[in-house]
Amino acid sequence: MFDHLNVVATAVFVFFFALVTILGFVAARWKAADLDHIQEWGLGGRRFGPWVTWFLLGGDLYTAYTVIAVPAVVYSIGAYGFFAVPYTILIYPFLYLTMPRLWAVSHKHGYITSSDFVLGRYGNRWLELAVALTGILATMPYIALQLVGLEKVISALGFAGTGLFAHAPITIAFVILALYTYKSGLRAPAMIAFVKDAMIYIFIIAAIIVIPYELGGFGPIFAAASQTFAAKVAANPKLAAGLTLAPQQVGPYVTLAIGSAMALFMYPHATTGVLSASSSRAIRFNAISLPAYSLTLGLIALLGLMAIAAGVKVGSPQDAVPQLVLWAFPDWFAGFSFAAVALGALVPAAVMSIGAANTFTRNVWKPFIHPGMTGQEESVVAKIVSLVVKIGALVVIFVMPTQFALDLQLLGGVWMIQIFPAIVFGLFTRWFSGWALLIGWAAGMILGTALSWTGAGWAPVHALKWDVPFYGPFDPGLGFAAFNGLTAVLLNILVAIVLSLVLRPKGFDETSPADYLDAEAQ
Amino acid sequence: MGGSLKYLLLIAPCLLAIAVPLFNSDAPELFGVPFFYWFQMLLVPASALCIYAADRIGKA
Repeated sequence: MFDHLNVVATAVFVFFFALVTILGFVAARWKAADLDHIQEWGLGGRRFGPWVTWFLLGGDLYTAYTVIAVPAVVYSIGAYGFFAVPYTILIYPFLYLTMPRLWAVSHKHGYITSSDFVLGRYGNRWLELAVALTGILATMPYIALQLVGLEKVISALGFAGTGLFAHAPITIAFVILALYTYKSGLRAPAMIAFVKDAMIYIFIIAAIIVIPYELGGFGPIFAAASQTFAAKVAANPKLAAGLTLAPQQVGPYVTLAIGSAMALFMYPHATTGVLSASSSRAIRFNAISLPAYSLTLGLIALLGLMAIAAGVKVGSPQDAVPQLVLWAFPDWFAGFSFAAVALGALVPAAVMSIGAANTFTRNVWKPFIHPGMTGQEESVVAKIVSLVVKIGALVVIFVMPTQFALDLQLLGGVWMIQIFPAIVFGLFTRWFSGWALLIGWAAGMILGTALSWTGAGWAPVHALKWDVPFYGPFDPGLGFAAFNGLTAVLLNILVAIVLSLVLRPKGFDETSPADYLDAEAQ
Repeated sequence: MGGSLKYLLLIAPCLLAIAVPLFNSDAPELFGVPFFYWFQMLLVPASALCIYAADRIGKA
C-alpha cells in the first residue's frame, strides 16, 4: 500500500490538510453568531464582504474537478477543452446584471435559496419544489466528482491500496470535512478558501514559468501537441482533435459555453455564495474581479498541452496534470500542488453540501413535511442533510463506476439550466405564470434527458435534427450540433411563453419592484 | 445614453467570446502561442475591464 509512496510530497500534503482542518473548526468562531440558526450556519449570516466573497466564490466555482477535467480534455483532443474560457467570460456580465437583484430581493424577504425566491415570486409551491429538486439532483453527482479529483492527486502521491483501503484516504478526508462543515457551516469553506486559492495561484504561476522553461518555450509545446493530435487523427480519422476546432466542433463549443454559463448560477452552491455576500456592491465587485480565476483556468487548460510535450503517458487523461506535476517539480512542491488541488475539492464540496442542505430543508422538508419549523429546527435539519449528502457522494464513488457520476454530472448541467427561466426571468418580470414555467420546466427536463441518450450512453450534444416520435425525421437544416441543455431550455421558454398567454390569472406575488433594486441600481 | 453604453460594454465581450470563426486559427502567433489560445486568454482581462467600465458608468 505504501511501497511507492512519495514520502516528501505526502508529508507536505498532510501538513496543509491538517492546517485547513484546524481552520475549518476555528471558523465556527469567525464573525461569531448563533450557528443554530440556518441563516448563520447556511449563509454565514450574510456578512461576507467583497474580498471574502471573492475567495469563497472563486474557491466554490473553480473546483478540483475543473482543474483535473479541463486539462484532461485538452490533453486528449486539444482546442475543444478550451470552451471553459469563453464559458467563464460569459458568466460575469451575467453575474453583474442579474445577481445583485437576486441578492436585494432575498435580503429584503429573508430568502436563503433560489427556491425561496421562486415561491415568493410566483406563490407556487410545486414550482418551488421543482426548482429545489433540480438543484439537489444536479449537485449530488457534482460533489461525487470532487472526490474523483481528490482521488487522482492522492493516487499520484503513490498511495495504492486494495479493497477497503483503496478509498481510505478520501474517506478520512471527507469525514473530517463533514465534521467541520457540520460545526461551522459556510464559515468553514469561506475560511479555507483563502488558503486554497492562494495555493492554487502559487501553483499555477510556478507551473506557467517552470514548465515552459523546461520544455524550451511555448513554441515547442504547441508544436509537439500539434504533432500528437495529427498522429491521433491519422490513426482514427473519425476523431476530432487539434490545436484549433474542427468545423463540426464549433457548434458544440459555442453552445456548451453559453449553456454552461446559463446553468452555473442556477446551482445551489453558486446561489449560496452569492446570497452570503454582505451587499450587492460585494457582488458587483466580484463580477469585475473574479475573471482573475478564469485566467488561471485558461492557464490550467494549457497544462494539458504541456503534458503532451513533456511526454506524459497516462491510461486515463485525468491523470495527465498530476503526472505532469510530478515530472516538472521537486517532491515538496508536487506535494504542495496536490494539496492545492485537494483543497480545491473540499471547498466546493462543502459549499455544495450546504447549498443542497439549505434547499432540502427550506423547500422540501419545511413546506411538505414540517410546516412551521423554527429557524433553529431548520438549522438542525440542514446540518444533518449536509452530512447525508456527503455520505451519499462517498457511497456513489464506492459502489458505482466513476462513469455513473460523470454521466449524472453531465445531465446535471442539462437539468440545471431548466430553472433559468423561472429564476432569471422572474428577477425582471412577473409576466410569466408559475404553472406555465413549471410545465416548461418539465418539457425541458424531458427533452434534455431524451436528447442526451444516444442508445449506448449519455452525450451532452446532439445534432440539430431529430427523430420526432409519431412524426419521423425532422431536419430544419441548421447543420450543426448543440448542447442539449440549451436546445431544451429553448423549448422550455417557448412552452412557458405560450402557456403564460393562456394561464391567467396568476398566483400571489409577495415581492414588489422596489425590492429588486438597491442604492446603486437606477 | 450612458445606459446603452453600459449594456454595450457588458455585451461586447460576450459576443466576441462566442464569435468562434473569428479566432479559430493558428495565425497570428504570439510568442509561439496560436491565435486561438492567446486571443481567448486576452479576452478574459479585457472583459473584466469592460465590466469595470460599465460599473463606473452605472455609478456616474
